[in-house]
Amino acid sequence: MTAMQIFFLITGLVILGSALMVVTTRNLIHAALWLIVTLFGVAVLYAILNASFLAVVQVVVYIGAIAILFIFAVMLTRKEMRDRGPQLNTGWWLNAIIALLTFGGLFWMLQGWNGFSKTAADFPSGYDAVGQLGKALISPDAFVLPFEVASVLLLAALVGSVYLAFNRK
Amino acid sequence: MQNDWLYIGLFFVIGLLIPVSALLASWIVSPKKPNPIKQSTYECGMETVGENWVQFKAQYYIFALVFLVFDVETVFLFPWAVSLGSLSLFAVIEGIIFILILIAGLVYAWRKGMLEWV
Amino acid sequence: MNFWFDPVNFIAHWLTGLFVGWGMADWFASLIIQLVGVFVLISLMMVFDVFLVWVERKVVARFQDRLGPNRVGPFGIFQPFADVIKLIIKEDITPAGADKVVYNLAPILSLMSVLLLWAIVPLAPVIFGVDLNVGALYIVAAGSIGTLSIIMAAWSSNNKYALIGAFRQVAVLVSFEIPMIATMLIPTILAGSMGMNEIVHGQQRVWYVVLAPLAALTFLIAAIAELGRSPFDLNEAESEIVAGFHIEYTGMKFGLFYAGELLHAFTFGGFWAVLFLGGYHFFGLENLGPLVAAVILFAKAMFGYWIIMWVRYTVMRIRIDHMLAFNWKFLTPVAFVLLMLTALMNTLLRNTPNVVYILGMFLTNVLLGWIIVEILRGFSRRERERTEGVASVIAAAHH
Repeated sequence: MTAMQIFFLITGLVILGSALMVVTTRNLIHAALWLIVTLFGVAVLYAILNASFLAVVQVVVYIGAIAILFIFAVMLTRKEMRDRGPQLNTGWWLNAIIALLTFGGLFWMLQGWNGFSKTAADFPSGYDAVGQLGKALISPDAFVLPFEVASVLLLAALVGSVYLAFNRK
Repeated sequence: MQNDWLYIGLFFVIGLLIPVSALLASWIVSPKKPNPIKQSTYECGMETVGENWVQFKAQYYIFALVFLVFDVETVFLFPWAVSLGSLSLFAVIEGIIFILILIAGLVYAWRKGMLEWV
Repeated sequence: MNFWFDPVNFIAHWLTGLFVGWGMADWFASLIIQLVGVFVLISLMMVFDVFLVWVERKVVARFQDRLGPNRVGPFGIFQPFADVIKLIIKEDITPAGADKVVYNLAPILSLMSVLLLWAIVPLAPVIFGVDLNVGALYIVAAGSIGTLSIIMAAWSSNNKYALIGAFRQVAVLVSFEIPMIATMLIPTILAGSMGMNEIVHGQQRVWYVVLAPLAALTFLIAAIAELGRSPFDLNEAESEIVAGFHIEYTGMKFGLFYAGELLHAFTFGGFWAVLFLGGYHFFGLENLGPLVAAVILFAKAMFGYWIIMWVRYTVMRIRIDHMLAFNWKFLTPVAFVLLMLTALMNTLLRNTPNVVYILGMFLTNVLLGWIIVEILRGFSRRERERTEGVASVIAAAHH
């Protein structure tokens, strides 16, 4: 077991545990905070793989913007922060069986995959990941069209939120 | 396994330990005499009036939403900015188009009154 | 290897030899050495933080035409130590109904988010924590942890004034991040990399404050707002909502918030120096040795911190709607237009001789600043016409 695998296992357990806490805790703000732990765990996964740019973007966008948006949304819409209903749906045992069957099927299918024993390849020294990403985002035979379409998508999101928030004007 | 982030992880751990040790020192040394008056909520020295929940203005949410859109935009601009030194004018124009589309969005939100703090 | 020219590596080498001689595995020895390095850096910053309390109090006193602390030790220099001891021995009062775990976690996260920033500051060409190639976004990421700690502190205090203060503060923090990130893109373009070391290295010939003065100014304004300091200090609006999000914090927890805020201000002074004032470069003086370079960087960071303090004790607090309007309707468009212009001029002037490049970039900034001032003058003239009638404008124009 290399150190990277140990780190990955610990991080994976943290992510799964906090994700479980997100859906089971009764207090909504606690759920948002556990979500932040999950998102931070994903950022740690990116860092383990040396994808520095993705790791900081994960923290900046997900934790710094989206999680704060979630917390604002919870505070905006809830007077009572605790969920008083029953924690389990009716017929939960059927859902549990289906989930277990799906997991078993996936597990069986992945057994033949040899990717589990590979480790991440190191970058060649002096490799400028962010620079390469930048070049790819602008070269006409790489990703320039998705780059520009992304800005149109963000514009659509902004216009949509204006419409939703200011319907009456 | 030479990873920059290991150092940052160590920074995280020790950055967590030092405030915790300061708080621990305080907890060991300080007196503990809990008292219902001391622990009541602070409201300029008076008894609290009204319930302990305040209506959250929707405007906060709107600003967070606009911030989210522009945050993602600036994050997209970082790879562009890093590789700009070795690229042609065409690449600069593409980035400028990207920024202009989003400035159009900002102007639209401005004109629709979304950036007012009413 | 020489101690004077490469202190960190010299000590690391000596310690590795020592540990391996004791029979430790190689990787374990390097881990311990990294741990020691991190611990030394953080302890230095915490001790310096205590010194900063003294600096802050003396400077505010002088601005307010009084002396400041001068009893405890020569020039009152032991005053902060007395403050720290006082904070430690105060009773820890947790308000009723507070959420214990989140309440205790918030000040820890607040200080930790500031300490994390010192991992990437290049103190000298060979003294730095880690040369992260995404340094600029890392600063923003650490800032977002601080923003989170404010929400956590306010919500767990079970106090509506804390909540009001925190929401306003977070709205301001979050809004001013946009011009801050946009102006951080400008040294990135000029240096060709996001890493702090490369940005300082790119300022060898000329500092970026000469190439992009408007960007330096915008970054400074956005950074002051990010710090939560006056004139943007809603969360400490002492006459309005007492102490904002940290009303219910006493003793060392409050001390952690306060120390974190001062250190945050100094850190952003440091980042302003690194991004725009040339970092440890000072007309070749930094080649004398890494410790000299570190002293130069600290001096520049103190200069930035002094400007931040100067603004704090001179300008009045701005109202929240003016603050947000200033950000979204002025700073953000200015930052993005500046970004587009800088990118364009950088590419157009890339292959010209040095003097043309420097003059070109500088004049672009001056031109943009002049255009902005003209637009603002037009607005204010129209506003004056609207409120006072045309006669007063003509009278004013005759002066």
